[in-house]
Amino acid sequence: MRIVVAMSGGVDSSVAAAVLAAEGHDVIGLSMQLYDQSGTQAFGSCCTLDDLHDARRVAAAIGFPHYILNFERQFQQTVVANFVGEYVAGRTPIPCAHCNSDLKFSTLVERAQGLGADRVATGHYARVEQAPDHRWRLRRGVDPDKDQSYFLFSLTQEQLARAAFPIGALTKTEVRAHARALNLRVAEKPDSQEICFVPDGDYASFVERQAPASVKAGTVADESGRALARHAGVHRFTIGQRKGLGVSSQAPLYVLRIDADSGQVTVGPRGSLERRALTASQVNWTAADVPSEWRAVTAQIRHRHRPAAGRVRALPDQRAEFESDEPLSAVTPGQAAVFYDGDIVLGGGWIDSSS
Amino acid sequence: MLSEAQPCECYDLGMTRVYMDHNATTPLAEAVADRMMTVLREEFGNPSSVHHFGQRAKAVVDEARSAVAELIGGDPSEVIFTSGGTESDNFALRGAADALEPSGRRQLISSGIEHEAVLNTLKALARRGWQTTLVPVGATGLITAEALTASLTDQTAVVSIMHANNEIGTVQPVAELTRLAKARGAVVHTDAVQTAGKIPVNVKALGVDLLSISAHKFYGPKGVGALWVRRGLRLLPFMTGGKQERGRRSGTENVAAIAGMGVAARLAMAKMAEEASRLAALRNRLEQRILQAVPGTAINGDPDTRVPNTTNISFDRVEAESLLIALDLEGVAVSTGSACSSGTLEPSHVLKAMGLPAHRTQNSIRFSLGTANTEAEVDHVAAVLPRVVDKLRSLTRTPVRG
Repeated sequence: MRIVVAMSGGVDSSVAAAVLAAEGHDVIGLSMQLYDQSGTQAFGSCCTLDDLHDARRVAAAIGFPHYILNFERQFQQTVVANFVGEYVAGRTPIPCAHCNSDLKFSTLVERAQGLGADRVATGHYARVEQAPDHRWRLRRGVDPDKDQSYFLFSLTQEQLARAAFPIGALTKTEVRAHARALNLRVAEKPDSQEICFVPDGDYASFVERQAPASVKAGTVADESGRALARHAGVHRFTIGQRKGLGVSSQAPLYVLRIDADSGQVTVGPRGSLERRALTASQVNWTAADVPSEWRAVTAQIRHRHRPAAGRVRALPDQRAEFESDEPLSAVTPGQAAVFYDGDIVLGGGWIDSSS
Repeated sequence: MLSEAQPCECYDLGMTRVYMDHNATTPLAEAVADRMMTVLREEFGNPSSVHHFGQRAKAVVDEARSAVAELIGGDPSEVIFTSGGTESDNFALRGAADALEPSGRRQLISSGIEHEAVLNTLKALARRGWQTTLVPVGATGLITAEALTASLTDQTAVVSIMHANNEIGTVQPVAELTRLAKARGAVVHTDAVQTAGKIPVNVKALGVDLLSISAHKFYGPKGVGALWVRRGLRLLPFMTGGKQERGRRSGTENVAAIAGMGVAARLAMAKMAEEASRLAALRNRLEQRILQAVPGTAINGDPDTRVPNTTNISFDRVEAESLLIALDLEGVAVSTGSACSSGTLEPSHVLKAMGLPAHRTQNSIRFSLGTANTEAEVDHVAAVLPRVVDKLRSLTRTPVRG
C-alpha cells in the first residue's frame, strides 16, 4: 500500500516510517513547513530547519522519497488563528489537536490522496483499529507515559479510516531502540516539549504580537468581586495558574475564572478550583453511539491528567455533560474533555464550562 | 558507534525516469566529466605559481577562458571565472554600482521577472541608499523599449535585464534595450545564464557591458560560472585577496571546474544550431500533446521569442506543488519555476509580474528539455499527465476553517 508518513524529523515519525517501509509499504515522506523559517518574522526562530534536515536524512537512509509541503497559510489560518483567538477569549487552547484534525488528517490527507496514497501515518502514540461493528476506533498507545490519543479525539470516522499510527503498539524505549538498530541519527534526539510555533514558551508575547488590537487590560479580583490588581490581558492567564497574578497574599491564590468580556480574572484558594461537572461542545463521538442516556466512562480533561471516573451523556447541539465521581481540579475551557472506555476513545469535545 | 547508513537508491529500482528540468541544472556531459577527472588527477598546480606545475594549471585555465570567450563572442581577457551565475550577478551589480558611486548617479534599473540573484542584490543595494526601479513587463514577459525608456533618467547608473527568463523562457530584446540605456550613459548588465549554450549569445551584438553565465546550465559542472566584463569598464572587486583573475576575483582558481566549463562551452558551440531546432520541435510536440490531452491548460510566456527548450504551462484547479510531487512519483522530474524558490508557496514572482491572475501563478509547471530527452519521453510525459491531473482535480478541497 502506498502510505504517506508525516515526518517531523523526530524519532517517533522516523521510526513510524521505518516500520512501514520494513513491512513493504510504498512509503512517501512528507514534511510540513508550517511557519516562516528565516527567524525574522513574528514566530521567532525554531529548530525546524534542522528538523527538516533530519527528516530528509532518515528518508534517504531508509530509501524512500521525501518532500516538503508548504502549509504556512493553512497553519496560520487554522491552528495559529485558533490559538490566538482562544487565548484572547480567555480560554486555553490545544493547538496540537487542531493541527491533527484540521491539517494532518484533512489537508495532508487530501494531498496524500492526490499522490495515490490511501493513508497518512504519523508518529503518534495511539492505535487505530476496526471494531467488530466495522467502526474505526481510536485507542490509547501502549506506552502510558507517551499516550497521545487525547490529541486525536476529534478525528472523525472518515479521518480514522485514513490514519495509521505505526508506533502506537510500541513504548518510547522500544522506539528509540528501533531507531538505534537502524542507525538513525535521530535515535537520541530529545522529545519536543513546547508548542512548535512558540519555541520560547512565551505564549503571552506571541498572542500580543499576533493580535495586538485584541489585547486589553483588565482586573484581577477575588471571589467577592473585590479588585486586587490590574492585568495586561486575559490571554496571560489560564485556570489554575498561581504565578504571575500580580497579587500578594498570605495563602496561595489560583486563577478560578476568566471572563474575557469584562476582562476580569477571578482568583481564590485552591479549594475553589474543584468542580464536579463540566460541559463540552463540538463533541465528536468517535467510536460510540451518541449516549442519550448516562453512560459510565472515564474522562481526561488535559494532557497527562489521570482520567476521572464518572458518567457522560449527550446534550443537544453536539454538546455533552460529564459528572465526575471525584473532584476535578482546574477544569479549563478550551482544553478537551476526552471520554474513554478503558483504553478506547469514545469521544470528546472542547470544555466550555464547569460547575 | 556506527555511522549512519548511507542514502540508498532502493526506491529507484525499476522506475523509468524522465528528466525535464534542465533550466534548474543539466547532467554533466561525458567529455566534461572525463576532462575534469584528468585535471583533478594530473593538474594539481596553482595557476598563480611560476614553476612548471603552475604553468600547466595556468594553461588549463587559459584554454577554458578562450573557449568561454568564444561561446559569448568576447575576448579571453574579458572573462572572469566565478563560482556561478549568482556570484556573477552579484559581482556585476555590486561592482558596477560601487564603481559608479562617485559619479553621483543613484538609480539602478531592472525588471520584475529577474532571477533572485539580481532582485535580492538590488534589494541589498537599495538598503545602502541606491534607488531601484523595476520596469514592468507585458503579459508574455516581454520588456518593451517604451517601458524601459519611461524608467531611464540621467541618474541611471546600471541597467540589468536578463537575456532569457528561467521560468518562462521569454527572450528579451536586450540589444535594443541596451542601446536605449547606453544612450543615457548607463552601464548595462545582462544575466545570460538561461541562454548561454542554448542559443547564440554575442556580447558585441547585444552591446552590453557585463554578462553572466553559469556552466551547469549547459552540461558543465556546478560551482563555476563567468562574468564577462567589457574591456575598460570600471568594476570594483567584490572578492579581495591574492589578485587572481587580474585582481578582479581573488581566490585560487577552481581549475578542474573551469576546465569542465571550457569543454562544455566547446560542446555547446559545436551542436548549438542542431540541438536548438531538435529541442524546439520536442518542446512544441510536448506542448501540443498536453494542451490536447489536458483540458484547462494554458501556456505562459512569449510563443514567438522563447528559448527552444522551455515551456511553462498552467493547469487549472491543480496546485503546482502537488502536481510536481505526483509527477515525480511517476518518474517525471519537472519544476514549478526556479529551483531556488521550490518549497515555498509564494506564487511565481515572474508570472505575478506578468499580471497573470492568482490562480494561474500558483498552478504552473515548467518543463525544460535537454540533450537526453527523446520523442518517446515527450510522449510518455504527455500520456502520464492527464491521469495525474485528473486524480488531483477529482479531490474536493476541504474549506479551511477559521
